Amino acid sequence: MTMTADTLGRRHDRRPWLTRLAHASEPYLYSAPSLILIIVVMLVPLVIGISYAFRDIQLLNPFSGGFIGLEHFRTLSEDPAFYGALRNTLWWTGASVVLQFFFGLVLALLLDKPFWGRGLVQALVFLPWAVPSFLAGLNWAWLFNPVIGPIPHWLFGLGLMDQPGNILSDPHYAMWGPIIANVWWGIPFFAITLLAALQAIPRDLYEAASIDGANWFQRFLSITLPFLAPTIAITVLLRTVWISNFADLIVVMTGGGPADRTQIVASYIFTQAFKALDFGYASAIALVLLVLLLAYSMLIILLRQTLLNKD
Amino acid sequence: MKQSLLPTVAHRLAILCYIAFALFPLFWLLKVSVTPNDLLYSEGVRMWPSRTTFDHYAFVLRHSAFPTFFKNSLIVSASTAVVVTACASLSGYALSRFSFRAKYAIIALMLLTQMFPLVMLVAPIFKILSPLGLTNSLTGLVIVYSAFNVPFATFLMQSFFDGIPKDLEEAAMIDGATKFVAFRQIILPLTLPGIAATLGFVFTAAWSELLFALMLINGNDAATFPVGLLTFVSKFSVDFGQMMAAGVMALIPAGLFFLLIQRYLVQGLTAGAVKG
Amino acid sequence: MASIQIEKLEKSYGHVSVLHGIDLDIRDGEFIVLVGPSGCGKSTLLRMIAGLEDVSRGEIRIDGSRVNERHPKDRDIAMVFQSYALYPHMNVAGNMSYSLRLRKTAKEKIGAAVAGAASKLGLEPLLERRPKALSGGQRQRVAMGRAIVREPKAFLFDEPLSNLDARLREQMRAEIKKMHADLKATSIYVTHDQIEAMTLADRIVAMHGGVVQQVGSPLELYDRPANLFVAGFIGSPGMNFLDIIYREGAAFLKDGSRIALKSPAPVTEGSNLTLGIRPEHMTIATDGTGIAAKVELAEPTGFGIILHLSVHGVPVKVFTLDRQALNMGGEIAVSFPAQHIHLFDGEGRRMD
Repeated sequence: MTMTADTLGRRHDRRPWLTRLAHASEPYLYSAPSLILIIVVMLVPLVIGISYAFRDIQLLNPFSGGFIGLEHFRTLSEDPAFYGALRNTLWWTGASVVLQFFFGLVLALLLDKPFWGRGLVQALVFLPWAVPSFLAGLNWAWLFNPVIGPIPHWLFGLGLMDQPGNILSDPHYAMWGPIIANVWWGIPFFAITLLAALQAIPRDLYEAASIDGANWFQRFLSITLPFLAPTIAITVLLRTVWISNFADLIVVMTGGGPADRTQIVASYIFTQAFKALDFGYASAIALVLLVLLLAYSMLIILLRQTLLNKD
Repeated sequence: MKQSLLPTVAHRLAILCYIAFALFPLFWLLKVSVTPNDLLYSEGVRMWPSRTTFDHYAFVLRHSAFPTFFKNSLIVSASTAVVVTACASLSGYALSRFSFRAKYAIIALMLLTQMFPLVMLVAPIFKILSPLGLTNSLTGLVIVYSAFNVPFATFLMQSFFDGIPKDLEEAAMIDGATKFVAFRQIILPLTLPGIAATLGFVFTAAWSELLFALMLINGNDAATFPVGLLTFVSKFSVDFGQMMAAGVMALIPAGLFFLLIQRYLVQGLTAGAVKG
Repeated sequence: MASIQIEKLEKSYGHVSVLHGIDLDIRDGEFIVLVGPSGCGKSTLLRMIAGLEDVSRGEIRIDGSRVNERHPKDRDIAMVFQSYALYPHMNVAGNMSYSLRLRKTAKEKIGAAVAGAASKLGLEPLLERRPKALSGGQRQRVAMGRAIVREPKAFLFDEPLSNLDARLREQMRAEIKKMHADLKATSIYVTHDQIEAMTLADRIVAMHGGVVQQVGSPLELYDRPANLFVAGFIGSPGMNFLDIIYREGAAFLKDGSRIALKSPAPVTEGSNLTLGIRPEHMTIATDGTGIAAKVELAEPTGFGIILHLSVHGVPVKVFTLDRQALNMGGEIAVSFPAQHIHLFDGEGRRMD
């Protein structure tokens, strides 16, 4: 039974290479179906889509299709509608995320406390998330419609409006329509993820803090917020990116109008592609948006990393 | 307990406000859908009409292609949910249990897909699917929706798997199971809540999708509910009662599904949060 | 039943090495306990034998044949986990029979094996219950039952009792010992509890820092610890250590007090050594001899009393059955019986 180190060394990897290959490829086999789907249906089209940004692709023009280099980007840099859309995107995304987050956090805190009927309440307040986005858009468009909806009449009754009109056609306030619909629709997402994070906080921490004499607000600041911080960071990041891309509500409710006042970059892409049928230009705008969003995400992740390293 | 009465009342009031805000738009949808046409304008801002009718529902069901849309949507959403849940439970398992070289690349790829402006993909996807005969077909829609939903579903399933102790599958392997048998017989049954949550989440998402349904499908035969509703809205844009009746019907399956699974959603995210 | 050989076994995660060349020869039917502080590599070693961790270098043989590349399921070993790892969605009978069902054993055979194990462990009334409906002790029994129905080549235990309360732990310890006497199965048992190691083992493998410190019977480790680590780890309360200078065949404390030795040590005059003596071997001197010590604290354990002393500033513990010790205070004198003294050299190795 004695064996020298030398023979042991040689026998070290004597598994048949096929077994070793099978062993090493196991996680890839598990991931394969998902990866194939993502690559074929998302990554390949993305690459093709990016190539469109440098080509002249117009659906109704049979002579289009040629390579035009940076032409689209030159046009884009001089397109006032694009800059307007960029400003509107900031406004739309910022307001939506801040309001969704704030009301979502409050809702999660309310639901974190056990009370009679919590299960039912939770199901009901999360229900808007299940509403198809276009239906949410239509629904709110109808609510804002003075013919059929109550909101203009309430605003009029409160003296906030001279007459029951539709704010969706008011250039100054139109953006608030989709934002309110978006907040209504998006609160549950924040509430669900934050509630999950809240419920993962060990209860004895709160008890210890209470015994140490911390009041509700101090406990919130010193325990709840630090524990939620990672979840907040990641959900806010994902939501920001997602909402900037989210054109459904605007397309359904205002179509970008009145006078482009609610046109965001995502809906502008949609308009270029399916109203103007200029896929090349649409792809160029989309590429710029993608790059901006990537840069934003990198910035947030870097920021988080430096903050973490500082501790 | 006297001094805690005020916070309790405030708490319940706040909850009530949220419920009212969440449900009022849906209530209004329902209200208009049962309001007879002649009362629609005269009783515009009343909370409930003096007379109710189901005429709008009857009309939508009888004089439109809605039953077809409904069936199409049901097929597409259910198939997508099944396909995505199957793929995502495999890939979520890989991310949760293995450490391998491409793991972070895969996670990065999946996060990246969450940033695409999907509009950008419409034309290329159309170009890819068209020669395969997958445009204007429900199968094509299922494939596209599956790809869109797989990344998030993978993360969701991963967090459920993370909540299951590794000991269990090690015990199974020592008991004589291969890794795959342990996955199927021990881990998957324990992930049923997670599977339910993922199924429901994907079903709801597929049920709501409008853009690609609009672009990849033309004609009524393969149209889904959102497309049908939108064409309906643009065609009969003055008949609010009928539109809202159709809207209520579009809402029912997704809403039901969601009510069933929402508590698992919180559970699953909690399970993952505990670990990481 | 089987013998297990471990040769030059190494484990590293990337650049971090956790096991450095373990050699161990386990005989058929032996009860081996791997003991050591947390992080010493004992669990890793056990998991490598089970096949749950890859081998970085070296070889594991079961019954003479190399198993390094063998999947856990093909090694024919059973394992009891610290968390018990019972399948929550199966009842007790299902948990116990799972391995046999995987092997497509005949129904009658499974039934007989489960019934046999259940009666051995007193689990008959619980067979239909789910793990959630069991107490900690019952779960532990089910985990054991799951292991024994298979009649495997070897049993592996990964700290199986550490989630139980003290009373139950004592009881299960005895049951494991009885079961081993009954089944004569090769067993490897990991624990950080030296009492468990002492009471259960045929041979103890004391580990520290990924290296085997000593292999031997419990009494060998107690009587002749190979080095300072083993000396300090085995026994409770732990061994006293005093720095001494060796001169003229005796040990001298820093202040010059002389402690007689049984026999001269093979070192040069004036060497610095460590003297070890167990608290239960020290005596309180009442005849005016011995070394002066100050009583700092007395802990009655019921059976005896642990006196915490200070011998010229060095903390020393004495375990005595004399209840008078509880009333002692101030200065007393202690003696170091020569036949119980252990000497360790500068590297901490045993001297004789």
